[in-house]
Amino acid sequence: MIYDFLLKLTGSEIAAGFIQSLLPLFVFILPFALFAVLLERKVSAHMQDRLGPMRTGYHGILQTVADIIKLVQKEDIVPTNSDKPLFNIAPVLVFTGSYAAFAAIPFSSAFIGSNIDLGLFFIVAVSGLVVAGILMAGWASNNKYTLLGAMRSAAQVISYEIPTMLVILTIVMMTGTLNLTTLSELQTGYFWNWMILGGPVAGLVKLAFIPSMFIGFVIIYISTLAEVNRTPFDIPEAESELVSGYHTEYSGMKFAMFFLAEYANMFAVSAIVAAVFFGGYQSPIGYLGNTLDILWLIPIEQFFWFTFKGVFFVFVQMWLRWTLPRLRVDQLMALCWKYLIPIAFVNLLIVGLITVL
Amino acid sequence: MKEYFNNIWLGLFTVFVGMKVTFKHLFTRSVTIQYPDVKLQLPERERNRLYVNMDDCIGCDQCARACPVNCISIETVKSLPTEDLGKTSNGKKKALWVTKFNIDFAKCCYCQLCVYPCPTECIYMTDVFEFSEFEREKLDYSFTTLTPEEIEEKKSNFAAAEAEKAAQKLAAAAAAAKKAEEQKAADNKTSGDKPEDKKE
Repeated sequence: MIYDFLLKLTGSEIAAGFIQSLLPLFVFILPFALFAVLLERKVSAHMQDRLGPMRTGYHGILQTVADIIKLVQKEDIVPTNSDKPLFNIAPVLVFTGSYAAFAAIPFSSAFIGSNIDLGLFFIVAVSGLVVAGILMAGWASNNKYTLLGAMRSAAQVISYEIPTMLVILTIVMMTGTLNLTTLSELQTGYFWNWMILGGPVAGLVKLAFIPSMFIGFVIIYISTLAEVNRTPFDIPEAESELVSGYHTEYSGMKFAMFFLAEYANMFAVSAIVAAVFFGGYQSPIGYLGNTLDILWLIPIEQFFWFTFKGVFFVFVQMWLRWTLPRLRVDQLMALCWKYLIPIAFVNLLIVGLITVL
Repeated sequence: MKEYFNNIWLGLFTVFVGMKVTFKHLFTRSVTIQYPDVKLQLPERERNRLYVNMDDCIGCDQCARACPVNCISIETVKSLPTEDLGKTSNGKKKALWVTKFNIDFAKCCYCQLCVYPCPTECIYMTDVFEFSEFEREKLDYSFTTLTPEEIEEKKSNFAAAEAEKAAQKLAAAAAAAKKAEEQKAADNKTSGDKPEDKKE
């Protein structure tokens, strides 16, 4: 819809596509990162009975702007013994990975970067680029901490992709689609049509689906948390053991890119969870636009609901960060291989049986 | 197998317990004190920067002598008998011009030993503790109320008085010597043969 509008406006397919691909970055990711960094600091502060930033603007609302200005001004230091080309490419690659995921995320029925049939698969696949970027950053820095962090990150992200994929497979078995827009449209109506509550089917089958869906949700939430390297799975950047992991040697704008990628990733995985289990951009309680008969209001409401769900899951990620201590490497692997993957498999089988029956 | 499911249950359950605790803390009042805007009440007997009330100081130098690190330096000039320096608040008469009363807070160890001997209780601890400086010299606080010109004046006054006194003394001595000389001469004239008596 936005693409058609832009095409009419500019009259050129290239310009329209270009503007559309830049929209999520400037309209969404940058403001979201600004907001999320402040939210993170405020949430962490208040959970520890502190106040957090208070002196830049009212209750510190301009803190992240000040941070960005500071980061832009900083000297761009490249270590002498680093592998310079790889060192310089790595942050771009990490950011590309997390930015590309936004192409397939349906913000509302009127705006989806690219409505591809393999949406979910594309997001999971393109997130793999982040691992390559992190490993590149860690290795090129020529520093033992960064390398350790990068190795841990690679091990962690690759093993936690399996439970994520298994849960997504469960959903695909139920719905028969990987297209995120179709998936969201399936869960239209009210909140009882959401996947977490058994999906849009009716009757006894729906009840049978609910436990499996809850298990699936918990698994995908835990494993996506691990994929974006957040506490309690933050061993790649464990500041108390590895300084700050793979981005120890980075400064200025390159560091800011890692930072931006991390927050973009946080939202991307939250968006996947929201889109798969919580109805995507669908409102839980119906639309104001429908009742008032203003049709153009609906996409805006959908955008609001999608952002709300995404930000809520980001908030839960922060909440968990200040609740749980960091896992050891062996505990991390045990959780993935001994608990999440077997349970995800059993869950997959159960859902498959119910679907067949 | 039982342990396995028990682990899962325990893991999930304890996560929710922890989340409940942190969620509660999200809404408890924070304990932060916004320091430069809000300050804690200091304890009653806190020891911070010293202050000298020069209206009460009699320049007795007791505090400087009590100081274990010699951070107080006092110089005084005696006042003229004609000058009235007033009284301290507890009725003691002031007799000295305090031309220098410097406390070097870079040296001060905040022991409060100078406060006890002060006879007029004019040196005491305040609640000021934020007085850091970029240059060490700026920590050498001067408390004297006299301007440099006044100090010069008092010094010269005193010196003049001293000189006058010395001159008077000299004159008196000279007069006495003269008198004695005259006496001697007169004595010699009258009783030149009895020098022993003079000695006595």
